Amino acid sequence: MSTKIILPDFKNTAVIDQVGVEERVARFTTRSIKKSSKLQGLKLTLSMIDLTTLEGKDTEGKVKQMCYKAVHLHDIIPGLPTVAAVCVYPTMVKTAKDALKGSSVKVASVSTAFPSGQSTREIKISDTKYALENGADEIDMVISRGEFLKGNYNFVFDEIAAIKEACGTARLKVIFETGELSTLDNVRKASDIAMYAGADFIKTSTGKISPAATMPVTLVMLEAIRDYYYSTGRMVGMKPAGGISTSKAALHYLVMVRETLGGAWLSNEWFRFGASSLANDVLMQIAKEATGVYQSLDYFSKD
Amino acid sequence: MSKKQENKIGLDFKTDWAYAPAPEDTKHINLQKQYDLFIDGKFVKPNSKKYFDTTNPATEQKIAELAEADEKDVDKAVKAARKAFDKWSKISAKERGKYIYRIARLMQERAREFSVIESLDGGKPIRESRDIDVPLAANHFFYNAGWADKLEYAFPNRTPKPLGVAGQIIPWNFPLLMAAWKIAPALAAGNTVVLKPAETTSLTALKLAELIRDSGLPDGVVNIITGAGRTGAAMVNHPDINKIAFTGSTDVGKMIQKAIAGTDKKLTLELGGKAANIIFEDAPLDQAVEGIVNGIFFNQGHVCCAGSRLFVQESVADIVIRKLKDRMETLIVGDPMDKNTDIGAINSKEQLLKIQEYIKIGKNEGADFYQSSCAVPGKGFFCRPTLFLNASQSHRIVQEEIFGPVLTVQTFRTIEEVIEKANNIAYGLSAGIWTDKGSKIFNLSSKMRAGVVWANTYNKFDPASPFGGYKESGFGREGGLHGLMPYLKF
Repeated sequence: MSTKIILPDFKNTAVIDQVGVEERVARFTTRSIKKSSKLQGLKLTLSMIDLTTLEGKDTEGKVKQMCYKAVHLHDIIPGLPTVAAVCVYPTMVKTAKDALKGSSVKVASVSTAFPSGQSTREIKISDTKYALENGADEIDMVISRGEFLKGNYNFVFDEIAAIKEACGTARLKVIFETGELSTLDNVRKASDIAMYAGADFIKTSTGKISPAATMPVTLVMLEAIRDYYYSTGRMVGMKPAGGISTSKAALHYLVMVRETLGGAWLSNEWFRFGASSLANDVLMQIAKEATGVYQSLDYFSKD
Repeated sequence: MSKKQENKIGLDFKTDWAYAPAPEDTKHINLQKQYDLFIDGKFVKPNSKKYFDTTNPATEQKIAELAEADEKDVDKAVKAARKAFDKWSKISAKERGKYIYRIARLMQERAREFSVIESLDGGKPIRESRDIDVPLAANHFFYNAGWADKLEYAFPNRTPKPLGVAGQIIPWNFPLLMAAWKIAPALAAGNTVVLKPAETTSLTALKLAELIRDSGLPDGVVNIITGAGRTGAAMVNHPDINKIAFTGSTDVGKMIQKAIAGTDKKLTLELGGKAANIIFEDAPLDQAVEGIVNGIFFNQGHVCCAGSRLFVQESVADIVIRKLKDRMETLIVGDPMDKNTDIGAINSKEQLLKIQEYIKIGKNEGADFYQSSCAVPGKGFFCRPTLFLNASQSHRIVQEEIFGPVLTVQTFRTIEEVIEKANNIAYGLSAGIWTDKGSKIFNLSSKMRAGVVWANTYNKFDPASPFGGYKESGFGREGGLHGLMPYLKF
């Protein structure tokens, strides 16, 4: 990646027409995914999940159980992938890391005073370093939405760059909390700022604010990734998070990735779902494809 | 896994994750082997005793035989319509409205059958016939039904009265929708109708005839006769027709206008187009690209208001064309019956040859030819989405209507330049403007010599919105209140 990157003027990022975005999104949902195409899509979805628990009441016990689920999604059906990663608070990173020893499942930690991001730069950096020292492979940071909405784009840029520096080789996901950014124009602007500041992934939401991930928001971010790729040659990943709980919705997202960025992004290296309940719905669909009948949710473990 | 390397920047839309074929079931439709003429509420044998084939352009297989109406059949249909007019124009307007509402509701009930037949017979993707053609056709009946008993309020102090018998000739690109555009306002205004669908796509009009029969509409109010140019000429020249409404090519439109000169027949013409779709540098570019695609590749480009001339401001031309090429790679050309299909079959062999001829002309004229790399079926009439980059006003492919999935691309520098170039054409049906700036939209839309101007969208239709052209694109409006006026005298 020796290309010299020229920073754009973030006050003049591409404009977005919401009506047009919604029309484009509607087209993705009409593609037909059935039988082997569906099974392939569902397995891909499983492999892209960041299994998440981000609650005040999280304990080591809860995290350990979730980590077991991450590796053993549904052992009755052979040939299933593991999820891509588990996503936890920094204090739970060590527990998760130990629980996942020997598997390829990564540990992602939220940081930078997640979910509000209302803290000082020093605290955010030390929050990140703490997670990394405990073994986090990936960092999910939040941007300072207040500063962003004030138009203080340099602040947001510098903060992301500082966290990226703290991350070293760990991959950095940057959460915009699009539900607080209010317009698709802002989503596009935040995407450009984060990618030029060094984000490895851009991510929609914390899951704490509604609306969380939506298809229009994700499409705008995917298009920003595409334009950034054409400008710099660097691939950036995408992670919609929160609110994607059904297989059908997940497949629609994959169609969107396929038709916006192409096949190169269709792997967990470049695309993730941040979700807690999605995995069981996908497993239920996979079991249905295998046996021909739907089983009740009681047959799928809730960890 | 990432096959892409940094030294070659480009997106690859070929993936090993493929969509599942989803062909729409055709078993539920009810088609006969042979169709007669619908005159005076019954299907009757043609006087000519002649029949012609209608084929599926995606498979080149024959679907059914249709009767060819000659002068005597046309006369019979006009006489039936004249007889029915006495009764139809005198029943209460509220009753008239009820009949039209009934047609609209029946069309909704049979929507699935209509959309399947529309795609079988015409080659358009089922996604479009299901989501656009058929629902919009039903909406035109609903909309006009509402006006039937409110005409005095629509045209206050002007005592609107029906004209009499309307002769209506419609094209092959939107067979059912055009029938609805024509029949619904004519009936609402109290006229009776003789309608001739295009010879390659008559099936949904004949299914509409069955529906109208089932609706209990009085006999002879709507007559639907099939045939080619000769049948149409007989209608145009029939002395007892009060109004001709034609949608189709500019050449035929001119012939009709000549033929009825000196008579007191009223006329509306909706003819060809070569619309400018204008992208400014401040436009939402990704959405504009979607608008370009909808503008030219909708219905295989068989759309009179298709955005077939793209004007891109030079500062963003490279980006827009890159985005457009990427988007074109994701368009699926193929079986019209498959729900995944974006671009279906070209309507007829004749039309495919015409498109191919224009592609040859464009190459000879020196514009840069580009097609997407998608697979096309071996059988049937198909054409990949096509661009001609670096085209100029002097090129024939820029001046003439191709009526296929072929887009010419020109760049511009200033607003004055693009206004001049957009208007520098024999046609004036529609235009598209893409910019984030509202004032620019108002400025341009008042200067475009085009009947319809879309801003930050393209190919949007609504029964309440009038549609029609300037210059060689014809005259008279369809849709909205304006669409009722050509069927009324005051």
